[in-house]
Amino acid sequence: MKIMVAIKRVVDYAVKIRVKPDKTGVETQNVKMSMNPFCEIALEEALRIKESGFASEVVAVSMGPSQCVDTLRTGLAMGADRGIHVDSTATLFPLSVAKLLKALVEVEKPTLLILGKQAIDDDCNQTGQMIAGLLNWPQGTFASKVIVDKEKQVATVDREIDDGIETLSLDLPAVITTDLRLNQPRYATLPNIMKAKSKPIKKYTPQDLKVEIKSDLEIIQVTEPPKRKAGVMVSSVDELINKLKNEANVI
Amino acid sequence: MVNCNWKATFRFITHSPKSFFQRRCIPPSRNPTFLPSASTSEFLCLGQRVFPFFNSLSNRVDITEGCIGMPSAVLRKCYGSTAGLVQRNPKYSTLNDEDVSYFEGILGKKNVIQDEERLVAANTDWMHKYKGSSKLLLQPRSTHEVSQILKYCNSRCLAVVPQGGNTGLVGGSVPVFDEVIISLSSMNNIVSFDKVSGILVCEAGCILENIITFLDNEGFIMPLDLGAKGSCQIGGNVSTNAGGLRLVRYGSLHGNVLGLEAVLANGTVIDMLKTVLKDNTGYDLKHLFIGSEGSLGIVTKVSILTPPKLSSVNVAFLACKDYIICCWTDQNCFNTCDVLMELKRLEGKLLQEAKRKLGEILSAFEFLDIQSMNLVLNHLEGTRNPLPTMHNFYVLIETTGSDEAFDKQKLEAFLLHAMENELISDGVLAQDINQSSSFWHLREGIPEALMRAGAVYKYDLSIPVDKLYNLVEEMRTRLGNVANVVGYGHLGDGNLHLNISAPQYDDKILSQIEPYVYEWTSKHRGSISAEHGLGLMKANEILYSQSRETVQLMASIKNLMDPHKILNPYKVLPHSFSS
Repeated sequence: MKIMVAIKRVVDYAVKIRVKPDKTGVETQNVKMSMNPFCEIALEEALRIKESGFASEVVAVSMGPSQCVDTLRTGLAMGADRGIHVDSTATLFPLSVAKLLKALVEVEKPTLLILGKQAIDDDCNQTGQMIAGLLNWPQGTFASKVIVDKEKQVATVDREIDDGIETLSLDLPAVITTDLRLNQPRYATLPNIMKAKSKPIKKYTPQDLKVEIKSDLEIIQVTEPPKRKAGVMVSSVDELINKLKNEANVI
Repeated sequence: MVNCNWKATFRFITHSPKSFFQRRCIPPSRNPTFLPSASTSEFLCLGQRVFPFFNSLSNRVDITEGCIGMPSAVLRKCYGSTAGLVQRNPKYSTLNDEDVSYFEGILGKKNVIQDEERLVAANTDWMHKYKGSSKLLLQPRSTHEVSQILKYCNSRCLAVVPQGGNTGLVGGSVPVFDEVIISLSSMNNIVSFDKVSGILVCEAGCILENIITFLDNEGFIMPLDLGAKGSCQIGGNVSTNAGGLRLVRYGSLHGNVLGLEAVLANGTVIDMLKTVLKDNTGYDLKHLFIGSEGSLGIVTKVSILTPPKLSSVNVAFLACKDYIICCWTDQNCFNTCDVLMELKRLEGKLLQEAKRKLGEILSAFEFLDIQSMNLVLNHLEGTRNPLPTMHNFYVLIETTGSDEAFDKQKLEAFLLHAMENELISDGVLAQDINQSSSFWHLREGIPEALMRAGAVYKYDLSIPVDKLYNLVEEMRTRLGNVANVVGYGHLGDGNLHLNISAPQYDDKILSQIEPYVYEWTSKHRGSISAEHGLGLMKANEILYSQSRETVQLMASIKNLMDPHKILNPYKVLPHSFSS
């Protein structure tokens, strides 16, 4: 059984985001880029499934500019067996990514496709659902626990929903998207970083996969959230009530 | 982010209600023979009543059993180690109502604090080891106000203690008896910043972390970074010549501080607030104020050269089998030429070039032993061993440079070589900032873990790198199983933090440690205070690291600048020299 994991290169979780002066997007020049934390969790889960003997190979896929190879190397250093890079400098929206992934699934024929539930840069939370739709596979999103039964070809997925925990049984092949509490990803150790250097990364272009990159979405403007105004000290309860009534209009 | 936990605890401890401090403190019953020979006679001839530090507190024990759910080990930490016995110098005046009204006249009522709760916090150091009994806390807002305060105190012979963030580890920032506390916290403005030269001028009360945040927005960094950054203030950092984590890269504050403004004991304002890198006009007196722990004057403003922020930071957390290897790795890192020579067989000029290129990206070289690692893993929530197994030694290497791909390649090449030659047995390389922070947390969290583990005797020593860990091993043999001896520190600077952790403070343990540690360090021509300063804890031990003549000259300088000895008394210089 083969597991495919999608990993995205995003602005590092700990970096303070700055909006470009021309408001076309956020600053990514000279900014630390890392693997999306949810994708790390997805990869970790795939590796654990492989280590428990339910899978024989983990393939990591990343899409975007050439630096995505660095993110793939991180994935390989964590333990993925090989990488696939879809080279594209165009902006990739979730539907394009889902179409590219569908094309790759048709080439690689994985039994399980694991993705992060969302990427921390655009917070779309759409790709997993879209690819499941395109492939017509069952989907277990926001997974907080995954158990694979190889014999029955079934994956049992716990998902965190508003009412509590929902448990789904998915027939394989299936799509799983990972939530924060699923696992704690491992670190890349030096021996594995060295080994990762010789692992293969195959390169595709969207043309190779016969996917046209276009979008019905247009970004008009990106702006920072309004700055929080400084608070004021009130001198009496009466003043507070007055402000709540007449300025804040909440009572 | 990772620091949050630590900071929260820190704030909690700093701002705990007064009941926290009102427990009975066990007065240390020190045997005078453990005092260093230089000052023994001085102590013995005192003759009369000798006050333990906490005398003032021991009469208010009432209320507070089981106050706020703190572990009892922390509550019992009311113990001054070395120099346990000092007598209040009777020549100092006692504060009276007229003094208070005078200060209120200068500063306004709001900034003259007599509130007991706030005084308890200001009287106690953050380890709860040293407690004074000051009745007055002053919060000047300008250099002029500091000057007026000192002028008055000098004329009245009122002793004062300047206080910044009160994060010192040697009892230098809290009163010993009833000294008036002058807090610089309200002087927290950034005066100017030159984006071209990177020269920052700010007031002494600026909190280090706020300066770091300010500079970050401007694309610069502080040449100084330390665990207490959320509370410590730049004036205190300069006055104690704080070292910290980046010293190996950016050097000490003696190099980075370009100028300062200080107020002398008699109120004279000395303006040395230079914003130029080079200035050879006479004696460079600013250095007298850097590291003199407020005993020669109060630093009110500083001018600091800040380096530009570089985008590429890599952190590796490595495991070594034994210290010799760990220290050998260290040397290799500095003489990277060796590594490269073997790697690439480069010679001559090329080699020199490579040495420069690798040398420039190293920004921290820290180490911790397995005992330190265990403490952190056991006492700090959310920490985990980055490596699959435990190892005897860990080294944290940080590189900072301008080209991520280039730096990573360099570091990886170095690490690969080190692995191949079995200098390191395992290691991890941070893949994102979150991972870097968690590696740093393992190193920076050690003091907090030690606090939680119980009583701790802290020693901050400079020792030649090759012998540095011998002391830890010798102490371990000496103490057996009565205490947990841990060693960590800034290996790149040859700075060992020797910490001895015990369930509670115990004179027997102390007598096993001191003066042995000082004697050992002195024998190896090290320094008994690498970066923490002397404060009250080590004032009497200075002769282990400085010659009698040097200390005599220091005492003469002190005498010249502060003839009434009102500034931070009982600290820095041995009591025999300063009285």
